[in-house]
Amino acid sequence: MKMVMAVVKPHKLDQVREALTGVGVEGMTATEVKGYGRQKGHTEIYRGAEYTVNFLPKVRIEVVVADSLIDQTVEAIQEAAKTGKIGDGKIFVYDVTSAVRIRTGETGDEAL
Amino acid sequence: MTIARTLRGVAALLPAVLLFWPASGMAADELSGGDTAWILTSTALVLFMTLPGLALFYAGLVRSSSVLSVLMHCFAICCVASIVWLAVGYSLAFGDGGGANAYIGGLDKAFLAGIGPDTLSGTIPETVFFAFQMTFAIITPALIVGAYPERVTFPAVIFFSAVWLIIVYAPVTHWVWGGGWLAEMGVMDFAGGIVVHVTAGISALVFAKMLGGRRGFPDQVRPPHSPGMTMTGAAMLWVGWFGFNAGSALAADGNAGMAMVVTHISAAAASLTWAAVEWIKFGKPSLIGIVTGTIAGLATITPASGFVGPVGALIIGVAAGIVCQWMTTWIKQKIKIDDSLDVFAVHGVGGALGTILVSFLALSTFQGLGLAEGMTVGKQLGVQVIGVLAVALWSAIATFVIVKIASGMFGLRVPEEDEIEGLDITSHGERGYDL
Repeated sequence: MKMVMAVVKPHKLDQVREALTGVGVEGMTATEVKGYGRQKGHTEIYRGAEYTVNFLPKVRIEVVVADSLIDQTVEAIQEAAKTGKIGDGKIFVYDVTSAVRIRTGETGDEAL
Repeated sequence: MTIARTLRGVAALLPAVLLFWPASGMAADELSGGDTAWILTSTALVLFMTLPGLALFYAGLVRSSSVLSVLMHCFAICCVASIVWLAVGYSLAFGDGGGANAYIGGLDKAFLAGIGPDTLSGTIPETVFFAFQMTFAIITPALIVGAYPERVTFPAVIFFSAVWLIIVYAPVTHWVWGGGWLAEMGVMDFAGGIVVHVTAGISALVFAKMLGGRRGFPDQVRPPHSPGMTMTGAAMLWVGWFGFNAGSALAADGNAGMAMVVTHISAAAASLTWAAVEWIKFGKPSLIGIVTGTIAGLATITPASGFVGPVGALIIGVAAGIVCQWMTTWIKQKIKIDDSLDVFAVHGVGGALGTILVSFLALSTFQGLGLAEGMTVGKQLGVQVIGVLAVALWSAIATFVIVKIASGMFGLRVPEEDEIEGLDITSHGERGYDL
């Protein structure tokens, strides 16, 4: 089992969700976060004073998938989240030791 | 206000007229239902300017972690100012100071002594006049809140506001509207350019300088957390200002009508001017910019609102939009004083600007309602300048002393960790937003 964690642009969330459903991923968690990489912040001006805003709004998506689905998952996210412009985000893959479905107590791949 | 009261005084000296027109209402001491109804309404409108108009206007401009503290400042100052006004403020401002009446009133009206439901002040009950003036006494110290948000201690705010009301606001009110020395000189301040805006503006600047800037000032402060909240407050201020200026006619008449018109026109003109300047300078007209223009226009027309016509209002509005905007940049970036919400640049400078401009714009050439008998533009200008400078000087010195005392008694500034975490949680134990 692996956790695939992606930080993407907020307006891409729905597209990524649809793409993941398309490859058979049945659940995910999304959080609103702030971040930056090569896409620097921007300046806002209020009453003539400039304010530098370094962190930009992003969405972090986390899905845990069986080993057999990893490549399709990563590919689906990358294609759906890409705009071609700086700030598209990144995908990371982590090892997951175990998983449990709370309602039934199922473990392992059955819990996913 | 000075001219209206003079006219009413003259009317009282014509008893012969009353014989022929007993029901004309020209008697100075007869209750006018119309006037009373309007000033009752104006009182509510001006209180609305503070609660919640100014409170929201300021609250939207600070960080979200200090939003409640700003609302708290405005609310608490309203309460404290009301009690102080009842106790001594009204009497010192409008009472009879005997030998010292040129500079201060007496305590003859403390706690509204001797004033009952039927006591008159001109054509309205004195209780109504008291209440109307009280709403001015409330908003003036509340304006100063803009100097010290996100870092001041709450006890210092309360102490400062109460003492300032007695030492600065009441005497200056007496000088200009209570029969004091500036009134004797013929100063023209219809609704408070000097009494409200110059006093608050200068005092805010001095307070801000003594307090020191916000952490990270000037390059790293956080931007306004809710421009929408600020616009809501500004809109309420605009509506309430009709009570502030048109109510200062102390009558439901043509004077009030014209005051309302010029107030509105100045607000509109200043808003567009500020937005236009921003558009040209920075490429985008902002909501915060346009509503700040509104307030600048309203503050600048305040002293002139009973003396100028619509064309004068247009000129005042455009001037306010340019001058006050320039001043916000100058104070923050050149002088580097963190008058955080630009009280001096918008109110102080606006009030002074309008006070000066009225010397010219009162002329009929600009559709004005005329200078007083025997006054020339030059003479009036001299009086206006003396008024502004004397009041600015008094405000500055008194503020310096009161802040020093407050600092010694309570500490002026919260510890740095409290400032970082935000005053809502550290000073008031509450969160503005539980999202």
